[in-house]
Amino acid sequence: MNLDITLVWAGIIGFGVIMYVLMDGFDLGLGILYPFAPDETSRDVMMNSVAPVWDGNETWLVLGGAGLLGAFPLAYSVFLPALYIGVFLMLAGLIFRGISFEFRFKSRKNRHWWNRAFCWGSVVATFAQGAVVGAYIQGFPVEDKIFVGGAFDWLTPFTVITGLGLMAGYALLGATWLILKSEGHTQDWAYAITPRLLWAVLGVFAIISLWTPLVSVDVRERWLSHIHLIWVFPILAMVCAAALYRAVKQREEGRPFIMALGLFIFTYLGMIASKWPVIVPPDYTVWDAASAPESQVFLLIGTVFVIPVVLAYTTWTYWVFRGKVKADDGYH
Amino acid sequence: MELDPLLLSRLQFAFVVLFHAIFPVFTIGLASYIALLHGLFYKTKNPAWDRLALFWTKVFAVVFGMGVVSGIVMSFQFGTNWSNFAQATSNFMGPVLSYEVLTAFFLEAGFLGVLLFGRHKVPEGAHLFAALMVALGTFISAFWILSANSWMQTPVGYELVDGRFHITSWTDAIFNPSFRYRFAHMVMASFLTGGFVVAGVSAWFLLRKRDVPANKKALSMCLWLLLILTPAQAVVGDFHGLNTLEHQPTKVAAMEANWETDSGVPLLLFALPDGDAQTNHWEVSIPRLASLILTHDLDGTVPGLKEAPADEQPPVFIVFWSFRIMVGLGLAMIAVALAGLVLRRGGRVYSQPLYLKTLVGMIGAPFVAVLAGWVVTESGRAPWLVQGVMTHAEGLTPSLTGAMALFSLIGYMAVYAVVFLVGIYYLTRVVKNGMLPDPDEVDDGMGSAKRPFSAAHTPFDDHDLQGAKS
Repeated sequence: MNLDITLVWAGIIGFGVIMYVLMDGFDLGLGILYPFAPDETSRDVMMNSVAPVWDGNETWLVLGGAGLLGAFPLAYSVFLPALYIGVFLMLAGLIFRGISFEFRFKSRKNRHWWNRAFCWGSVVATFAQGAVVGAYIQGFPVEDKIFVGGAFDWLTPFTVITGLGLMAGYALLGATWLILKSEGHTQDWAYAITPRLLWAVLGVFAIISLWTPLVSVDVRERWLSHIHLIWVFPILAMVCAAALYRAVKQREEGRPFIMALGLFIFTYLGMIASKWPVIVPPDYTVWDAASAPESQVFLLIGTVFVIPVVLAYTTWTYWVFRGKVKADDGYH
Repeated sequence: MELDPLLLSRLQFAFVVLFHAIFPVFTIGLASYIALLHGLFYKTKNPAWDRLALFWTKVFAVVFGMGVVSGIVMSFQFGTNWSNFAQATSNFMGPVLSYEVLTAFFLEAGFLGVLLFGRHKVPEGAHLFAALMVALGTFISAFWILSANSWMQTPVGYELVDGRFHITSWTDAIFNPSFRYRFAHMVMASFLTGGFVVAGVSAWFLLRKRDVPANKKALSMCLWLLLILTPAQAVVGDFHGLNTLEHQPTKVAAMEANWETDSGVPLLLFALPDGDAQTNHWEVSIPRLASLILTHDLDGTVPGLKEAPADEQPPVFIVFWSFRIMVGLGLAMIAVALAGLVLRRGGRVYSQPLYLKTLVGMIGAPFVAVLAGWVVTESGRAPWLVQGVMTHAEGLTPSLTGAMALFSLIGYMAVYAVVFLVGIYYLTRVVKNGMLPDPDEVDDGMGSAKRPFSAAHTPFDDHDLQGAKS
């Protein structure tokens, strides 16, 4: 068989990760922006705009986790011990955020508590995810396919920057999403904060771009040894950023969000290009980390069947809930 | 004192899995009950069935939501605390657990939304079909999880290559020797749980004279079900026990606290097993009964714990007493079901206050029995993680320290305590609100989340209730 099934799986997992980042990204971003919202009505709009879809968005995280165990067990069994504390914080954050979605609208007297749970859950989960990205760039001390580092290896000045960077990035996604889904003073507010968030993201982007080659020799080699096609990714990311800025100034409604998605996608592709085909940096490639071929085939049968259904269902849900959101939609 | 990551990880896994198990064990049974109610309404057009279906769907929504939240943690536990196990068994566990996620997603994506929000949007037949599919989905979910667990108890269909399991036969591995007994025992436990909860809540309503006709119907149905299921579960449990005797004799020895391999072994009613001294204190027993139960022969030979070296014996005290709690509650459930049959004469079953109160009191019994049963089967496997191949110690994450394990154990307990208390508080409000026609019931399907809790329109606090009505 000519088809390399491990490559297929690398594609599926890579696709799952970016789907999760983009989709849960904007709803986590709204949680980060929550305390700064002008008033409670805007908070209603923010929550209503993602209430029907956030759970579907998180499905990608669960699919990714289980798929990683099935297809690349080495990555699974190195990442999770290495990121032990971070994974716990992320799960705790997501749980609190999840239940606050359910209870905030059912509660008046205690609503401020659910607001706090929503905000802090989003902040903690996002920071942890961003730190994971940083830890991935840093690499993991692995001996004989087993993680041998300490509990807080993942928490370094570099990963703090990537954690804060992802917070800014998700907040940007959330703000542009809000431009698309809101109107009136909520939308005005979203227009006002978007450029500031964009500058914050670009600032972190610059820091990480300068810092990464210092953290990782392989990455420096790849980018600086000679001019590659991969330079197209950061260039396209910058084009998206510029277009985003322009679209906000012209008070376009849909384009800022699309450009923010583009900014994320090209940054992500750039990061993959820095590392490929290494999945457990610095030493293990996707082929080293793969599970047995018969297991990959067995799992692929179900996955190729389900992913189109997930995509179709997701598209349908977004279609049903298209259009502007009003403050009192969610509460009957 | 040195913090032991192994012990703390085992405690953590036990805590997370037991906490999680409460929810699916209830929703599996309840989903089938809801499907049955929809079917009865579809056939008879009696509005009582519809109202019951609506009410129990609300409860289902909340419990299902809590199950999902607590289940997410499970899929990460293998990696965080048991990474050696995850890596060694990934060729089997990875696909099986992934299939559980994939099939659960199918259920949630396709049919749960229709069941919870589609009442006025799809034809009645389609709504009934959705209810059936949700019920089927819960079984498929349980199928994969129990296959994974059974394989760890009775692993077959693999070969070991460099310390990693490679699957040689998917059929053998998935349908491993103990799978069907475990699956049947678990599904029946789920039905019993659903049955006792519905019976208990119906009895609670009857005691307060609320919705009497509908709740009489519900109670009557449940009691017939329980009359058949409670003894049937004992039979299935017996078969499961024979299977365990064949494949995991040490576990059975621990369940019976039987130290020496012997024939004509007595059944211990009370004992304080002592692993250090390798003996029991304060034994109270019935001669030859253990041999009869376990081998169906008064002189049958029952294996003893001492067949295994002391460091390969499970924690006898825990297994012995958990098993007795499970069996004791099972017998109590049979008694309650039989009493219902007796009280049916003259309809006293619907009005006898003591019996109704007993039913309310029994709501917790199946949950405790299920949790005790899980403790028996999981602790009884110790020290093996994969029976006979890999121990707990070998499966543990090598980099894990006691402090990390303690931190996350306390963390999960705190998070779950909040989720659980909020959830139970809210669930009691849903139940107390009862089946009365709810003005908030009208659902336009827009704006509200297509999520379980959103199907329960009960407000969270009293202040809110007034707010909603004004």
